[in-house]
Amino acid sequence: MAKSQVAMKVNGKAVEALVEPRTLLIHFLREQLSLTGPHIGCETSHCGACTVDLDGKSVKSCTVFAVQANGADIRTIEGMANPDGTLHALQEGFREMHGLQCGFCTPGMILRAYRLLQENKNPSEEEIRYGISGNLCRCTGYQNIVKAIQFAAAKLNGVAFQEAAE
Amino acid sequence: MIPGSFEYHRPSSVQEAVGLLAKLGDDGRALAGGHSIIPMMKLRLATPAHLVDLAGIAELRGARTDGSDIVIGAMTTQHELAASELLGSKIPLLREAALQIADPQVRYMGTLGGNVANGDPGNDMPAVMMCLGAIFHIVGKGGQRRVAARDFYQGAYFTALEAGDVLTAVRIPVPPAGHGYAYEKLKRKIGDYATAAAAVVLTVSGGRVATCSIGLTNVAETPLWAEEAAKILVGSALDAATVKRAVAAAEAITSPASDARGPAHYRTKMAGVMLTRALDRAKARAR
Repeated sequence: MAKSQVAMKVNGKAVEALVEPRTLLIHFLREQLSLTGPHIGCETSHCGACTVDLDGKSVKSCTVFAVQANGADIRTIEGMANPDGTLHALQEGFREMHGLQCGFCTPGMILRAYRLLQENKNPSEEEIRYGISGNLCRCTGYQNIVKAIQFAAAKLNGVAFQEAAE
Repeated sequence: MIPGSFEYHRPSSVQEAVGLLAKLGDDGRALAGGHSIIPMMKLRLATPAHLVDLAGIAELRGARTDGSDIVIGAMTTQHELAASELLGSKIPLLREAALQIADPQVRYMGTLGGNVANGDPGNDMPAVMMCLGAIFHIVGKGGQRRVAARDFYQGAYFTALEAGDVLTAVRIPVPPAGHGYAYEKLKRKIGDYATAAAAVVLTVSGGRVATCSIGLTNVAETPLWAEEAAKILVGSALDAATVKRAVAAAEAITSPASDARGPAHYRTKMAGVMLTRALDRAKARAR
């Protein structure tokens, strides 16, 4: 089967490659670009571990063909840290609030939370829970993930983070 | 899970897409948001030799007013439906239903056209379209035609679409200002299809139902338009006895499968419960 030429921007860098049309974006990112931050979890569009940001949308990269992303601007967890190497507010939030245990869901959670905060700078707890409802975590029970996102929202808004009373 | 090999096409106009699909015949499938067909391809339950991606066709996106109707391009995503100010103010049922489909990531990719054209009885928008009296715009080898949503669904995955057809837009008559609406969906978890769901649009005049339309999701091989149930409600004040009769009429037209979502009789009863709740909320919203 003829391969297709694709060109896209990944974490700010221009990338060109030949792909089989059937190559899923997650496989392209992991195997051709060696970006192994996006994880393969369920492979059935449920778990969200493969979530990346694509042209201002959170997408499950296991359910997008790389050819569909031709011309797109993509961000993965590898592109989240600030240009000076310091952690993005979301990464810092997950560290400070213990938003992970095994860490498998974390890249997808952070990329989904990134888009959520782009669209809603000050989400309520309910909005955060609804916003990450396409991402599964089997360790944390989500409490600390919600706190991590609240921490990041506060930091990005330049206000002090106040943890809600338990 | 790796899909079978296929050739990828990305036409830039509807005419080009229709030409390609007509030429490819059974070997070709249209690709919209991909969130139904790609999972099927990964399981090798679908192995199209050619995919015709409709994402490059600009005219298939966005919503516009046309007289007393709103016309929505088939490639408009569920996320865009939910975010649209125009639709939120004129046809708020669409936003309410869109936000109950799958999860945020899927809604960024999944399209209205794909949802209604696929013929999957689990999809939510088909019953919503029946409820709203939508008309589907279809372009095929023989030119353009329009088919009412209420006449479109023939069986599970069987619709009025023929090989080479592309569903290009959905035309919805704007319901009267002050109408009540609701989409009630029972599901086991986020991302699941409905165990049963009900869409309601009604208008109230002098405390009585003036018009009413009801759609039911995933309780038969096709979405259902519960015409008889709606007729029973017209003229009533939505009193408990009349609602009970209407719910019985709606339950009577269901024929759900027994599956992991529950046995058939349970799903029929849940359709009735969803309808009762949708009627309550629609009534409370009607002005």
